[in-house]
Amino acid sequence: MPTTEVLIRARNLTKRFGEFTAVDGIGFELHRGEAFGFLGPNGAGKSSTMRMIGCVSPPTGGELSILGMDSVAQGQVIRGRLGVVPQEDTLDVELTVRENLLIYGRYFGLPRDLIAERTSRLLNFVQLADRAGDQVESLSGGMKRRLTIARSLINEPEILLLDEPTTGLDPQARHVVWDRLFRLKQQGVTLVLTTHYMDEAEQLCDRLVVMDGGRIAAEGSPRELIERYSTPEVLELRFHPSDHDQAAEKLADVPADRAEILADRLLLYVPDGDAALAAVRARGVDPLTSLVRRSTLEDVFLRLTGRRLED
Amino acid sequence: MGSPAVSARPRSPAPRSPVPRSPVPWPLAPWSLALRAFRFWLTNYRRTWRGSIYSSVASPVLYLGAMGLGLGTLVDQHGTARLGGVSYLAFLAPGLLAATAMQTAMGEATYPVLASVKWLKTYQAAAATPLRPADLMRGHLLFTAMRLLMNCAIFLVVMTAFGAARSLWLLATIPVCLLTGLAFAAPIEAFAITRNKDSSFAMLYRFFLIPLFLFSGTFFPVSQLPGWIRPVAYATPLWHGVALCRSLSLGTPDLGGALVHVSYLAVLALAGLLIGQRTYRRRLYV
Repeated sequence: MPTTEVLIRARNLTKRFGEFTAVDGIGFELHRGEAFGFLGPNGAGKSSTMRMIGCVSPPTGGELSILGMDSVAQGQVIRGRLGVVPQEDTLDVELTVRENLLIYGRYFGLPRDLIAERTSRLLNFVQLADRAGDQVESLSGGMKRRLTIARSLINEPEILLLDEPTTGLDPQARHVVWDRLFRLKQQGVTLVLTTHYMDEAEQLCDRLVVMDGGRIAAEGSPRELIERYSTPEVLELRFHPSDHDQAAEKLADVPADRAEILADRLLLYVPDGDAALAAVRARGVDPLTSLVRRSTLEDVFLRLTGRRLED
Repeated sequence: MGSPAVSARPRSPAPRSPVPRSPVPWPLAPWSLALRAFRFWLTNYRRTWRGSIYSSVASPVLYLGAMGLGLGTLVDQHGTARLGGVSYLAFLAPGLLAATAMQTAMGEATYPVLASVKWLKTYQAAAATPLRPADLMRGHLLFTAMRLLMNCAIFLVVMTAFGAARSLWLLATIPVCLLTGLAFAAPIEAFAITRNKDSSFAMLYRFFLIPLFLFSGTFFPVSQLPGWIRPVAYATPLWHGVALCRSLSLGTPDLGGALVHVSYLAVLALAGLLIGQRTYRRRLYV
């Protein structure tokens, strides 16, 4: 449950690499207990922001305070209270599952018996208890991800940072990870995650910012964003490629808040999808397939940036 | 599932130092976090120590056998006045000892560093914890120091078995080898952390390690070199290590010379540490 206690506060936060501006003066506040997301395509500045929050990347400008402390001056103390799941696995593949947690626990200065106790609990949690003695090299991608999550929890962090936690996983492995993260959220852990999967953001985030080109394009809960930037329903129409452009012209006067003509589909943003479909048919247009669905964050992103998330 | 709350602390951050004070006494206190990094290397080494011991023993046996005994018999027949009047084996062994320290240091300071930052990214994993880049470098230097002591001790045992131990001063070569090794390890680590590919290490071996190995007085006195190149040999860190090890091994140490050698090597090691702490930081805090 989100509270009003501010854990992370960023003002005009900027990160430049030479001439390139990765993060362009963003501001946000994050409260204890909430699951907060940065949604955006690759190159939007999400990972740079995460690394600054993780206190391993000094900001070029602006302010960033975490747990009431300055991210640069007190980075070491802050890092002791964070858990980090990086985008790329950084496990030691030559060591066993258990040794990875032992090493990591020691980095935080935890005594051996405490690490052992937490290790068995955490391996149960991520469903790797039976692999404790195996070399990490032999684990699947999904298992490595779960082990990384277990490792990030060894110090019982107050904030868990997850940079694209399910990128590169197959659908089933993704769902297992989501399920675990959802449980953490239920336990009241503060989650900060970046993603370019809108379903991930919708499932896990209480609140999120949409990032594009280093800036924040919008902020709110998934539902708020959809209400603000999209219509309740979307009518998706597919045509034979040769009819695609023609159909789009014929439908120009169908009453819709907005239409998006994508390469392979036509999207009509409407209050009532079935009514819109009837209006389409009334004009003698017969799409190959039609689908009425609810608006998603993908639609929000398309509206805000004119581009799709996963391109 | 249904087990009690897993992991992270929900609310109420019971204030607690995330960097627990360690019981390490003052002179070592700045190194207490480095000790955590050192233990990582130790855990890692547990899987490979057998193989490493094998080569630590085989290498001095092969060199002392082939060159010390084999080639040495030939050399000794032509008189050894220019070697200081000792057998070639006795002349060579302390030189090889110092060269072993150099080689051990090179081995530790190159590929393992690149692997940690580039291939396995275990440095990045550690940098997300209270450990700072400087702690990671120091931790690895501690491990390198341990490997230096191990290899040096093994060498001394082999050397004694070959009958090349002549003086109790030989024991003093242990700290000298440590210092010689660190004079290589620290600057090379400072360099290795800046690399993205291992090709520069091949260059380092070909154009630095091997010439030093051959021309820094390990196999023959530097005085045998043409006069114009001798200053270059005297400027190499390996020569200082070799000279010091040799004077101790032959039981003829002199204080003035030793002070020069030790200072030279210590300055190199310290400079490497200071520069390395910066290059580690620049690499890991992007």
